[in-house]
Amino acid sequence: MNARTELGTPATTESGYNFAYLDERTKRMIRRAILKAVAIPGYQVPFGSREMPLPYGWGTGGIQITASIIGADDVLKVIDQGADDTVNAVNIRRFFQRTTGVATTDRTTEATLIQTRHRIPETPLQAHQIMIYQVPIPEPLAKLEPREAETKMMHGLSEYGLMHVKLYEDIARYGHIVTTYDYPVMVDDRYLMSPSPIPKFDNPKMNMNPALQLFGAGREKRIYAVPPYTKVESLGFEDHPFEVQRWSHHCALCGAGESFLDEVITDDAGGRMFLCSDTDYCGQRRTEQKLP
Amino acid sequence: MSDHELPILKVDKLSKRYGNRLAVDDVSFDLWPGEVLAVVGESGSGKTTLLNCVSARLEPDHGQVSFRTRHEGTVNVYRLSQAARRLLSRTDWGYVHQNPVDGLRMDVSAGANVGERLMALGERHYGRIRQEAVQWLTRVEMQEDRIDESPITFSGGMRQRLQIARNLVTQPRLVFMDEPTSGLDVSVQAKLLDLLRNLTQQLHLAAIVVTHDLAVARLLAHRMLVMKDGRIVEQGLTDQLLDDPQHPYTQLLVSSVLQP
Amino acid sequence: MTTDPAIQIRDLAKTFVLHNQGGAELAVLRRVTFDVHPGECVALDGPSGAGKSTLLKCIYANYRATEGTIVVSDGKDAVEVTTAAPRTKLMMRKTTVGYVSQFLRAIPRVPSLDIVAEPLMDGAEGDPKRLADARRTAETLLLRLRIPVRLWSVPPATFSGGEQQRINIAKGLIRPRPVLLLDEPTASLDADNRITVTAMINEARQAGAAIVGIFHDQRVRESVATRVINMAEFR
Repeated sequence: MNARTELGTPATTESGYNFAYLDERTKRMIRRAILKAVAIPGYQVPFGSREMPLPYGWGTGGIQITASIIGADDVLKVIDQGADDTVNAVNIRRFFQRTTGVATTDRTTEATLIQTRHRIPETPLQAHQIMIYQVPIPEPLAKLEPREAETKMMHGLSEYGLMHVKLYEDIARYGHIVTTYDYPVMVDDRYLMSPSPIPKFDNPKMNMNPALQLFGAGREKRIYAVPPYTKVESLGFEDHPFEVQRWSHHCALCGAGESFLDEVITDDAGGRMFLCSDTDYCGQRRTEQKLP
Repeated sequence: MSDHELPILKVDKLSKRYGNRLAVDDVSFDLWPGEVLAVVGESGSGKTTLLNCVSARLEPDHGQVSFRTRHEGTVNVYRLSQAARRLLSRTDWGYVHQNPVDGLRMDVSAGANVGERLMALGERHYGRIRQEAVQWLTRVEMQEDRIDESPITFSGGMRQRLQIARNLVTQPRLVFMDEPTSGLDVSVQAKLLDLLRNLTQQLHLAAIVVTHDLAVARLLAHRMLVMKDGRIVEQGLTDQLLDDPQHPYTQLLVSSVLQP
Repeated sequence: MTTDPAIQIRDLAKTFVLHNQGGAELAVLRRVTFDVHPGECVALDGPSGAGKSTLLKCIYANYRATEGTIVVSDGKDAVEVTTAAPRTKLMMRKTTVGYVSQFLRAIPRVPSLDIVAEPLMDGAEGDPKRLADARRTAETLLLRLRIPVRLWSVPPATFSGGEQQRINIAKGLIRPRPVLLLDEPTASLDADNRITVTAMINEARQAGAAIVGIFHDQRVRESVATRVINMAEFR
């Protein structure tokens, strides 16, 4: 494959560790949880989350899923806020390089596994790919109803009026729905699901996506999934429907008008520019246009 | 003088035990549409346990509770699926807690508190939800412009009225009330009682009101049950029980009231 | 009009048992037996403590009879008051038996006009025309009873004894009912109002009501009663 290894990092694996760090029994346990999650789209499956050599909050849920499903032939891409070269992405990628020796890549199209924090790539995913989301708080109702027994009951009985109470509050207070990331979705018309803290801009990409989407919360010990080609609907009101963010700018580097933009402050005089948050997408566009 | 209406609620031989103590002992009664029933007795007499058993909040050890639904005929409340029972609780029933904090969401606005039941039933039009909320806030004599305020900023009386509006928005036919006025100042109490009295009349609400205050019973209730040690010791028309109590315990209760 | 009695009382007894005073028994009524027909006005006579008010309260189901039967009929249906279900008794009070007591039990915050109109408003919720009609009828009655218009919107708690009593009378007579129980309806009224109330009682009787009343004022009694029953008869 057309994979690229991390510069300056040898593609040799650490000795004394099992392939992908986790022992095989743990992987089997996690795979069973994943199978159940795929069978019940959007349902949060508890699993025995392990101690990882990274702290909770650094994507241990996603790492454990990746470790359980990665094989020697896989090509791994890790992104953090859309970028492949931020510290969380670099660390996780290096972790898998050292524990598996698999090929890694920045290119969305070349990856078979994409572990992500906070973004879905702009480049459309394909049927052979698996998205693995890092999830801090898997329970979408957690902030509204602190009792877990009660939220479980609400999921069980599909009682989701409370979620609309939150959106109602947004509109009553600000005139529109101000939730911009981790925007709640209904999966397959059945389970209310947190899409992890991706911008709501990415929500429509989850709907009927050809790739398998897996979600792991290490601290909260939950795994859930959206199987390929599954309906994922963002909540809204008839008179205040769900809408994605729009920008009046284009990317300063590649000129993209349809991608999620980050605002970058360039000096102390208030200078700023807007750039694609997805660095691979931006780079590909520049290559095609022969831009620097 | 006769009528052929059926009871809306039938309570049959209800018992609930806590350890060795029978909190509710073999209690039966019927309730008709539009009828307000007061359950009185001292603390520990089992009246709140009875209310919880009847309102499907606490499964009794024995006995049955049957409710005549709007569309599906009479149902045995504890034979319903949990989903159906919870649906009943937030559509055809209301529950007014003694402490409004227990019945409200204190971290969302008054409007959202009133609108929650509608949203839970699938209403997805913000404008309509808001319209309904305004209408019910007005109905419980709250100012419309407080719709976006949090109940944390409300007085006890206002919170209680908000709790009532939140319950009535689905136009229930049966409302359970646990000491609805007891946490309030006397003047606020009178106003709330009058509001409850008007609402039960205008909306033809059946209600079960648990209270230790006989004045509340006299003002609100058509009929009264007197409970002692988990049993009904006497029942009948409210004014008859208060003016001509038969059972020693009822006589004691009535004679213990301070007359201002 | 039917010739059946509107009220039939047989061997009625009422004994109060005071459990909290060592089970002391007060026998107030014994072997009370009489009928009242539509169009009759029976005045109960006897000294204070003879059980006149107690008898009225038993008929109204405010007190529970100890023995005997009381049958109240509206010409179509009959109710045996001592054994009827609470719900039947409530229905009976709504449609058949009106009661004017000596004292008004005021409901906080409710305007006088609404208190008077209430018996006509029952079941009229959501029917603006019927509600308006009820209010209009109440206004006519209040005018006739000389209650100043400025008091109509005020709850009667602060009214004088005579005003409260007239509110009570208006409330008791606004809805024509086959049976009327009157407990000293004119006790604290001035001469003009006494004459008005006397006329209203006679109108109700002539319209077919069966009336049982306690009238201490001899002139009133003579002008309304068609028959006098002395409570001493039953001792």
